[in-house]
Parts: sequence; structure tokens; C-alpha cells
Amino acid sequence: MALNAQTIEQVRDLGKYKYGFETEIEMETAPKGLSEDTVRFISAKKNEPEWMLEWRLRAYRHWLTMKTPEWAHVHYPPIDFQDSYYYAAPKSDDDRPKSLDEVDPKLLETYKKLGIPLEEQKFLAGVAVDAVFDSVSVTTTYKKQLEDQGIIFCSISEALQTHPELVRQYIGSVVPYTDNFYATLNSAVFSDGSFVYIPKGVRCPMELSTYFRINARDTGQFERTLIIADEGSYVSYLEGCTAPQRDENQLHAAVVELVTHDDAEIKYSTVQNWYPGDEDGKGGIYNFVTKRGACRGRNSKISWTQVETGSAITWKYPSCILQGDNSVGEFYSVAITNNAQQADTGTKMIHLGKNTSSRIISKGISAGKAEQTYRGLVRIGPRATGARNYTQCDSLLIGDKCGAHTVPYIESRNRTARVEHEATTSKISDDQLFYCRQRGIGAEDAVALIVNGFCRDVLQHLPMEFAVEAQKLVGISLEGSVG
Amino acid sequence: MTQKMLEIKDLHATVDGKEILKGLNLSIGAGEVHAIMGPNGSGKSTLSYVLAGRDGYEVTGGDVLYDGESLVDLVPEERAAKGLFLAFQYPVEIPGVTNMIFLKNAVNGVRKQRGEPELDAMEFLKFVRVKAKALSMTDDMLKRAVNVGFSGGEKKRNEILQMAVLEPRLAVLDETDSGLDIDALKVVADGVNALRGPERSMLVITHYQRLLDYIVPDHVHILAGGRIVRSGDKGLALELEERGYAEFVDQAAA
Amino acid sequence: MSVQTLPDDASRQFLAPYAELKPALPGADSDWLANLRDDGADAFRQRGFPGSKVEDWRYTSLAPLTKSAFDWREPEATLDAEQLPALVFGREASCRLVLVNGRLSRDLSAVAGLPDGATLMGFAEAADQSPDLLREALGGESVLADQPLAALNTAFMADGFVLHLADGVVLEQPVEILSVGTGGKQPPLYHPRNLIVAGADSRATVIEHHVGLCIGAYFANVVTEIVAGERSIVRHCKVQDESREAFHIAATNVHVGRDAMLDSFVFAVGGHLSRNEIRVKLAAPGAHCRLHGAYLMRGTQHCDNTTIIDHAAPETNSHELYKGVLDDEASGVFQGKIVVRPDSQKIDGHQMNRALLLSDKAQINSKPELMIYADDVKCSHGATAGELDDEALFYLRSRGVPEAQARRLLVEAFLNEAIDGIALAGMRMPLEQAVARWMSGAAR
Repeated sequence: MALNAQTIEQVRDLGKYKYGFETEIEMETAPKGLSEDTVRFISAKKNEPEWMLEWRLRAYRHWLTMKTPEWAHVHYPPIDFQDSYYYAAPKSDDDRPKSLDEVDPKLLETYKKLGIPLEEQKFLAGVAVDAVFDSVSVTTTYKKQLEDQGIIFCSISEALQTHPELVRQYIGSVVPYTDNFYATLNSAVFSDGSFVYIPKGVRCPMELSTYFRINARDTGQFERTLIIADEGSYVSYLEGCTAPQRDENQLHAAVVELVTHDDAEIKYSTVQNWYPGDEDGKGGIYNFVTKRGACRGRNSKISWTQVETGSAITWKYPSCILQGDNSVGEFYSVAITNNAQQADTGTKMIHLGKNTSSRIISKGISAGKAEQTYRGLVRIGPRATGARNYTQCDSLLIGDKCGAHTVPYIESRNRTARVEHEATTSKISDDQLFYCRQRGIGAEDAVALIVNGFCRDVLQHLPMEFAVEAQKLVGISLEGSVG
Repeated sequence: MTQKMLEIKDLHATVDGKEILKGLNLSIGAGEVHAIMGPNGSGKSTLSYVLAGRDGYEVTGGDVLYDGESLVDLVPEERAAKGLFLAFQYPVEIPGVTNMIFLKNAVNGVRKQRGEPELDAMEFLKFVRVKAKALSMTDDMLKRAVNVGFSGGEKKRNEILQMAVLEPRLAVLDETDSGLDIDALKVVADGVNALRGPERSMLVITHYQRLLDYIVPDHVHILAGGRIVRSGDKGLALELEERGYAEFVDQAAA
Repeated sequence: MSVQTLPDDASRQFLAPYAELKPALPGADSDWLANLRDDGADAFRQRGFPGSKVEDWRYTSLAPLTKSAFDWREPEATLDAEQLPALVFGREASCRLVLVNGRLSRDLSAVAGLPDGATLMGFAEAADQSPDLLREALGGESVLADQPLAALNTAFMADGFVLHLADGVVLEQPVEILSVGTGGKQPPLYHPRNLIVAGADSRATVIEHHVGLCIGAYFANVVTEIVAGERSIVRHCKVQDESREAFHIAATNVHVGRDAMLDSFVFAVGGHLSRNEIRVKLAAPGAHCRLHGAYLMRGTQHCDNTTIIDHAAPETNSHELYKGVLDDEASGVFQGKIVVRPDSQKIDGHQMNRALLLSDKAQINSKPELMIYADDVKCSHGATAGELDDEALFYLRSRGVPEAQARRLLVEAFLNEAIDGIALAGMRMPLEQAVARWMSGAAR
């Protein structure tokens, strides 16, 4: 069908990456390769307490015994872990900027090119920014305002200096260092990331936000984020990323741990737009992420929302362990893969407590030669009386060379639990496209409009600041497509 | 003689390799309302899709001139930008896209093609609300996804709303009466009549005469076997109502 | 994919008698058949019993099977006709083959009234008398590639049934294959191999009835292959009522040709550990299949229903519905995969699995799966798990229906959706009765 061909044409050069540039800033790096010495170097560089180094070393030794996971529906050449740098920091480490004025103008320029200049972020009401440029936190704004409420929002390196007891109590408690190959690697060599602690009864007055960038050549990125919401507290955390264009594949293996106590809620939103590689699958980021939240307390809630449009390979399953009675887990996901991108993503909802409930809404769009898999687990434990799960995952195919796969695992061991799963796979209907075009909407805009509609149930869960960006991203991902 | 707004000349068109329109001729002047009536399978819907430029409806002969220019090689959105509007027999559902967003995209899509500036959001909202109110459509309907969960009547009203907002020069109404009860039909017909004007032409495609009691045409044509087999004034519709299509079908076959 | 096999000795133990038995197995004179057996043995030797790390087997552990000591010699069994269960279809005159512990019993079988062009015989008979008939259709690679237990069957297959329909032959009456397990001093093990070849424009209904006439253990490792020729209609109905100690592992591989149709129904109430795997290849345009199933398990029974529908050609459709009821500590597994291959456009594939848990210790593991490589498709799947609707139960009781009866009504209503789908009207009643019997057992 002619229309079909046109649609394919439309999405062909989806991959014309808008954010392809590299900032030249001098880096201080650990020697290439991975060994106990590398781990010690990183830990020493950060002046970490002894227990942290020991923990890293335990992880490293365990990692040596592990094999790369192969079960995901993604294909890539073996990674040479010795051919990578595990630590890179802007040279001005000892002399961090105290305010935005002191930030390397080149860095600010970088953000500007990304369309997320700090000025604009300041302008966006109430957004505090902990910008991670490669491995080290370079600037933190609004810190004072947060401190007044007892909220800790800083880099995890800093937290290890200022609140080591809190870090020690929680780090690895949701994702143990033995968890999986990439999480274990992260535990050994994690570079930096955000630390958030919301004290009892405090509702964080602003969205906390971090923008990640991968910049230095051959620099593995191993962010580690830890967010703790104490009893009755609430926080919304935004994570977004874009990366400069480059040829070599880069590994990004982050770990995010969330903990909610009684009546607490964490809303974690991600827009991921790392460099996806070119049309032929050359280059691009390997995004192997472990994200997990533990609803420890009664009536606690963890909500993951993600918009994944970037990376050559994505492998991530933001999950919830619903331990506390009446706790709630949510996963809202939009994933767009195009050209040679591959994504194997989904979630796990582990129901342990009584009357726990979870909701999964996943929208996958696959175009070009891309391969996308939704992989999800809903497990109802024997004690999860009254548990509820509702899952809906829909896939949309654009073009006849891509693949869309749905692999849910549903395990129920409790009679009173109710689990419902629905999934569909289809293409954009010719009827819808013609209808839009008859109304004067160009084919490319029509595709973007229909896809945005398809994703609406997810996008509406994003905080306002992100929703606009995300909608734009859906458009960008599908633009350049009309011949 | 002045140039007609729409001139269909000896139009032949195929669907899936099968010829459906077999030499159709029709002229519509500015401000005129023409009705096309015909039995099932006569090519009514094919004509509307051919005019709107749907893929898969191939013009194999003849031409369609709009303001003297051929439409045949234009893609659907280009025809829309020139002011051609098709009210669908079966309006399409677009989950997740609200009516308001859809209308905005449509209006701006047309304006962009015409090189006009896009509309200001607030003004547009006001503009649409006025149009919606005239069709007794609630704000809630504007916030709902396009046609999703709409009743048959609501869908047709929604078509007329889009027409009112897009202000086309030539509107093709494809069986707009189908699936409507009498009250809904009146609302829709009132909406259409309100849009009649000296610069706006309409082509009303219908199976039944009933609609033409409410949207009174200037000319009536009978389509059978892919051709116009007879033309007349509104009296022809009444004649048809009494005598049925049979003799016209025979005529077409002869 | 990482493959972990169970300890080699278990697999070795199962293959041990191969060399000794081989010369005596049917069709020993045919080189190709002997080679096929060797290939089967090799394939099983390489893979062994699949362990839980093998994705297809993640929810079904074969450990109890590999720990048991089976007797691979044919057990002594004397049965007379009175001991056999009535025909499932309830018609005396129907055609019935009886397999006792996997071996055809001509004495107990009654084959009459088949039209010309229809051949129904034992596998061993076919191997000796008309091996070409087997050679045409007996699956080699497709079975051996990734179905280790089917490979084991291929090595040892000794008997079973073969139904062959020439082009245009229509069987008006269903054919019933009764497979009886009698148990023995040491649990018997047998590998029935069944084959249905339906020529172009032919039609047949085959009922496979597996029943245990003992309370003891045995292991039936069944492979059924079906080739549905152009425009043929094959209805395959399987009733699995093995002994409560039995192991029943079955693979049904189906090749559906142009404009042909497979209608499959599986009803399972028996076995200690059972797995029914159906692989359907919709090989040419217009092929379609309907897979329906119902399973009712209690005690510590484990029942695995695994299906793979391969849309290997454009314009193929599939529809699948399985319903399970699990009581006591029973566990159920449903794995359903729909594959749409590249260029297989205009596909409709729909699948649903619903499970009802009646007790606190029952469990269900579901894995519906879509693997889609073409864009002009409409595919969907769904799965639910839950208990009986409290409100409905209350409503019935408030109308004076005693609780046990109300439960039974609701369970029957739940299963009916799957059973109603069965095209063979005559099967419905016996199945509904079987459900009722099962439910009255539940009340005990």
C-alpha cells in the first residue's frame, strides 16, 4: 500500500540526532580497564569511608564470577570491560562552582544546545537541578531552600561525606550488589549520582531534577541514585538525558534504588534520549539499567513513568516490591525504537503485602528495523491477600521490517488476588491516517499526532515540565520521516 | 460562462483493480448544493474517497478540476488545504487525541500549507466553543478523544463541527444521515444549513430522500453503475422515493 | 539463551535401553526409520531433560519424573472390553482404536464403517506394512530441534495410531483413540507416536482419550503429528484423564496448509504431572486454527498447557482460549506464544487464558507471548487470575442456592466459555458431565 510505504519513508531517518555535538572539557580519568585497583582509585578519589570501599570490592569480586545476561531479546557484540574508563571527572573538581555564574560556560552552552539551559530550568518554577556532567555533580541549585525543610538532595559522593549513616543504611538494600551482572558492576565502580532523603511528613515543594549526559570518550557511566521517602513524605523526581553523538558504543549501567516508608510516595519520571546510533546501528549507548523501588511501609506508593526514545540498546525494568500492606506500584512507559535500535524493557511488580495493587501501562512503538520487547513480571505471593494488578501493553508497528514482542510473566499464588493482563499489537490504521490528512494534517504530523494519542495514557502521568518535552520528543523521534 | 468550482469530467476510477466509476460527469457551481443519490454499490462512497484522494482509489481516466486545477495528483492534506472537506460516513476513532487538539492540528495544518500564521491558542479555543455550542456539543465532548465512545449522532455532529471550524469551500457529505434518528438528523441538518453560503458548495451523498427534506438541494443526480444516469431538481428525489432505484439500475446496465 | 540440563545420569538412564530395544522396534528394516530413531536418541542425548532455566520449561519441573525408576519393558496387562470406559462420544458404532500402555490392542479395537480412502491403523502396523506412509509425514527436524521429550519419543516410538485420509475423504463420524494406562509393579514408560494425515479437502474428527485404569504411576510420553492438507478441516479433541500418579507429557505438532483449519480442544483433569504442548504452523495463506482448552486440577496435580502458533504465511488467523480451575495445592501453567513471521501480513491472532484459583495454596503461572515481525497485524492476548466472584456467589446464595452448588454453577459457567467453543456438539455434554463429576469430587 502506498500509504504504508510513505509511513516507512517517514520514519526512515528518525535517527537524525539533534543533539550530536561534543563538549571539549579536560577530564581527569582513572587508568583504562577494570581491576581492584580501579575500584580503590575511584573510592580514594571520592574520599569514601572504608565500608564503602569494602562493599565495592565485594561487588567487584562477585562480578568476576558472573556472566553477562543473555535472556533479553537484544543482540550486540560482547563488551570488552577492560577497554573502558571507569572514572572521569571535570578537572575543576576541587574547585566546584558555587553558583551558576561559576559554572564552566562551555557546560552551560552544552545544556543550551540540549534545549535545557539551566536558566530555563531556573525559570521553570520550582525545579531544583542536580546536574551530573559525566561522573561528578557540578552544580546544585535550590539546595538551601530544600535544606530548610530537612530535605537532603545532593550527589551521592557528597552524601557519603555528609550523611554516611543514611547511605550505609539504604544502599544496596533494594538492589543488592549481587543482583545482576550490570548492577553488580555498578556497585563496584559507581561514579556518582543523586541522593535524596525526604524526612517524615515533608512534602517536597518542588520537582527534583537531574540531567545526565555522557560526554567523555570511552567513559562508562555508572550512576547510582538513592531516594528515600520517610513516613508520610512525598517527592517527585525527574531524570532526563541526552547525549552527544559519537561512534563508539558506550555502556551506561545505572542503578536506582527507591525506598518508601509508611504513607510515603515517590514519583520517579524519566525521559531517556541517549544517542541511539546512526541509521545502520553504528554507535549509540548501551543502556543497561537496574531500577527498583521498595514500598516498605503501609500505604506507600512508588510510581515509575518513563519515556524511552534513545539508546542503541535499552535493557531496563523499573520495578516495585510491594512489601507494605496497601502499598501501590505503578509503571507507565512509552518506548520508541527506530532504525536499528533495540529495547527490552518492562517492569516487575512483586506483591508481598496484603491489598497491594499495581498498574502497568506500556506503550511500545517500533519502526525501521528496530526490535522492541515488553517483558514484565507480575508475581502475587501467598500472603498478598486481596492483591490487584492491571496490566495493559500495546504495541504499534510502523513499517514491515521491525519487530514488537510482548512477554509477560504472570504468577499468582493467592486465591483472593485478581490479576488482569491485556496486550495488543497493531499498526497505525490507514483509516486514522486518511482521516487526519483529509482534515489537512500532513502525513508526518498525522503520525506524530496519532502516536501521541496512543501514548496519552502514559504521557499524562508525567509532571508538567516533562510532559511538553516528552511530547516534543515523540514528535522528534518520528520526524524527518516524510519523503 | 463562469468557471465552475468543481468539474468532474468522464471520471473513471478503480479500487483493487475493479472499475467502480465509469465515466462520471458532474459540475458544481459556487454556492450550489448538489445531492447524489444511488443504490448500494453504485459508487457513491468511492466518489467521495476519490474526491478526497484516498490511497487505493485510483483514477484511471478523466479528471477532477477544482477552480480549474486538477486535484488528481494532490495528496489528501493538499486537497484539504484547498478547502475540500469530506464528512465521513463512518467517522474514525483516534484514541488519546482529544477533539480540541485534533481541531487545532487540522486548522494549523491547513494554515501552514497556505502559508498563514498559526492561530493563538486562546482565540482558537473561543472560536471552537462558539461553533460547538451551535451544534449543542458540550465542552466535555471537546475534551474527549476524537469519536472515541461517541454515539452515532455525536460522531456525525462532530463531523459537522470540524466542517464548521475548517470552513471549507467544498463539502462532501457522505451518507451523513446514516445511523441517525430524526432528532439527531435535524441537529446535523441545521448545522449544515447554517454553513450554506454563496461561496460554499456542497455535495450531499445519500441513499434516502429523507435527508433532503432537511438539506434542500439545488440539483439532484442519480448515480448508478458508476455513472450519473439522471439529473434534475429536488423533485427527482421525491420521484425516486416513490418509484425506487430499480429502473435506474436497469438503465445503467443497459 | 542459557540451557541448563538436569544431571546427565537421568538422561543416560532413559537412553540406556536404546541399543537393546532398537532391533525389536517396529520398522527396524527401514533404514530411514532407524536413522530417524538414532537422530532422536542423539538429540535427546545432547539436550537431556530440560531444566527450569530452559525458558519453555521454567514453570514445569521434570525433577519428579527423572527421579522415578520406570520399566521400559511392556507390562503384562490383560483387559477386557467391559473394563474400558464408554466411548467419549457415547456412540457404540463409532470407530475406536484402543492402545493399552501405548500398544495397539486389536482385540479391543473396532474399526468399521470407514469410507474408502480412509486408513486407520496402529503405528507399528504402519511401520511394518506401509512405511512410506510414515516417511511422508513423520516429523524429523521440527520435532528434534527443541523438543527433547519428543526426540526421546522418536528414538523409542513403538506404537500409536495412524490416520490417513486421501484427498476429498470426509469422515462423518468421529474416530476415537482410547489410550489406557494400567500401571504395573514398576511404573511403565511408553512413547506412543500418532500421525494424522488429512489430504486436500478431507475432513476428520479425532478424539484422543487418555485414561488411567489404575491408581499407580506410569509415564506416557506422547507425540501426535497432524498434517492438514489444503482446504481440509481437522478437529482434534483430547481428553486427558490419566491416573492421579501418572506423568503425561504430550506434544502435538500441526502443519496447517492453505485454507485449511485446525480445531483443537484439550480437556485435562488427570495426571500427577502433565504437559500438553501444541505447536501449530499456519503454513500457507488462508490457514487458520482455533485452540480451546479447559483444565481442572486438585490435590498436588500440576498441569502445563503450552502452545506456539506460528503465523508463517500471510492471511492466517488464530483464536485461542484456555480456562483453568485450580484447587487444593494444584498448580497450573499456561504458556501461549503467537509468532508472526516477517512478511506474514494481514494476520489476526487472539489469545486468552483465564484461571480460577479455588484454594489458598493453588497457583497459576501464565506467560502469554507475542512475537511480531510484520506490521499489518491485529494480535492480542489476555490473561486473568482470580477467585470466584464473591458477589455472584452471594447473589446465588441469597436466592436459596446452597453454597456448594452455587460454587459448582459458577465454575461450570466459567468453563463453559471454553467448552461452548467446541465445534463438535456431541462432545459438549460428556465434557459438561466430566466437569460436574470433577466438581462433585471437589465437594468431597
